[in-house]
Amino acid sequence: MESSKTKLKVRSFNMFYGDFQALRDVTVDIPIHRITSIIGPSGCGKSTFLRSFNRMNGLIPGTRVEGQMLLDDQDLYDIDVVELRKRVGMVFQRPNPFPKTIFDNVAYGPRSHGLRDRARLSEIVEHSLKQAALWDEVKDNLDKSGLALSGGQQQRLCIARALAVDPDVILMDEPASALDPIATLRIEELVQTLKESYTIVIVTHNMQQAARASDHTIFFNMAEDRAGYMVEYGLTKEIFTNPKHKLTEDYITGRFG
Amino acid sequence: MSGAQVTSSVAEIQNKSVVAGMAVGSVARRKLSQRIAFGFTWLAGFLAVAALVWIVGYVVVQGVQVINLEFLTTRPAGGVSGEGGMSTTIVTTLYLVVLTIVIATPLGVGAAIFLVEYAGEVQRESRLMAYLIKIARIGVEVLAGVPSIIFGLFGFALFVVALELGFSLLSAGLSGACLILPVIIRTSEEALLAVPRSYREGSLALGATKWQTTVGVVLPAAMPGIITGVVLSVGRIIAETAIFWVTLGGSYRLPTSISHAGRSMALHVYMLASETRAFDKAMGTAAILIVTIVVLNLIINYTSRRLAARSMGRGR
Repeated sequence: MESSKTKLKVRSFNMFYGDFQALRDVTVDIPIHRITSIIGPSGCGKSTFLRSFNRMNGLIPGTRVEGQMLLDDQDLYDIDVVELRKRVGMVFQRPNPFPKTIFDNVAYGPRSHGLRDRARLSEIVEHSLKQAALWDEVKDNLDKSGLALSGGQQQRLCIARALAVDPDVILMDEPASALDPIATLRIEELVQTLKESYTIVIVTHNMQQAARASDHTIFFNMAEDRAGYMVEYGLTKEIFTNPKHKLTEDYITGRFG
Repeated sequence: MSGAQVTSSVAEIQNKSVVAGMAVGSVARRKLSQRIAFGFTWLAGFLAVAALVWIVGYVVVQGVQVINLEFLTTRPAGGVSGEGGMSTTIVTTLYLVVLTIVIATPLGVGAAIFLVEYAGEVQRESRLMAYLIKIARIGVEVLAGVPSIIFGLFGFALFVVALELGFSLLSAGLSGACLILPVIIRTSEEALLAVPRSYREGSLALGATKWQTTVGVVLPAAMPGIITGVVLSVGRIIAETAIFWVTLGGSYRLPTSISHAGRSMALHVYMLASETRAFDKAMGTAAILIVTIVVLNLIINYTSRRLAARSMGRGR
């Protein structure tokens, strides 16, 4: 897989909700400073897989995992969950800014990790909002509520909020699915600029988005017993032009899903 | 035109008119029943408002005759003639409200936070805890429906007698706190449950701990609902009589410490009306009491709407 280094390694990963197996035997490498997209039909476990990287599934009672997920060769189920989520940030499907000011939204993460210095916080807020391409639109209104922004702006605010704790990896769960096409495009452009400094894993329903905006693609499918499994992964251009599996070809040409 | 055709078309016409006639009849009937229903709901609404206006109006009109600056600023003088004003009862009511709220709010909000945010995981860890939490939930439900005099008797037995606090602001405040605790717990629980899960997830995903999430995001978002519950409880404390009759005593002197007895406005109304000839002064005090409660309700409406608007981002 190119010459790039691996950021996240997944080895024979299984996940269960009680008796139900949600993910089966996933083994994949996610390269550093690249955009890796996860595609697949509804219910194939791609969001569950994504949420395993910051252990958000642990919020649901009765979850159990087998196998390994490694962040920089360290088992991420051995890392303290607070520390892990500082290193692996997340942007959700629906923009979910807190009912706080724009400044307080972005400063929330660093404050939670104990930063109190006002000047340093201002610096981080400005830097994060610039990285998220939102600074110019909000710099005069930092004390306005985050909920007063448009949907696309709210999502960029959420990205800025995630960037403010300086993570290595950013997980994105269909970050543009609730947005209009123009806002979607802005998010995609933004993600392209972010990959220089971050490793990005993005779940998407939108095949064109995966094709034009990601370097690597993982294709998931749902087995007979509704467990999600990985069909194939590789460079996006190969997956989309020359898939190894018939199933992948059928999916990307829109024959199912 | 043949005979058969004629008869069939005649039949058709008759058919249509029958259908049309039925339709007209049923529309008229449906409209009539709608009108009756509207009339009834309108009447019910009118009667409810009329009763309210009548009571408030009667008390205020009767009471206003004795209300003047002197009535508000002199203390009751006691005796069967009910001499004096009501000044100390206003201050005592204020003390009582502050004391009760200070005791009950942290406990009530804390209990609600536990039940909404933490009970789930604790329940899964231990059978015994699951059982205790279930009892606590049932307890809150039951306590919400217990008559206030029962809380009064409980407060009398425990605080006044057993703990030897006597008739005092402290006994009354603790008993009052027991009375409003279920109200605060339930309104706070509802407010916390109404906070979207996405706020909690967003905070946890940033590496905030569960407690940081609760304090930093969930509580502020639930604050309008919690404040509404607290202010409703303030109204309850101002209005309650029986519970304070058996815990606060009835002294019309101004309490200067929490171990002193006292007399709230509602208690003053009750005592004037039942033990003196000064029914007009009971009405005067009642008028002040009612106006206080009405103003309080207006304040709740205004502030909770303001707070809700601000948290939705429409403020500023």
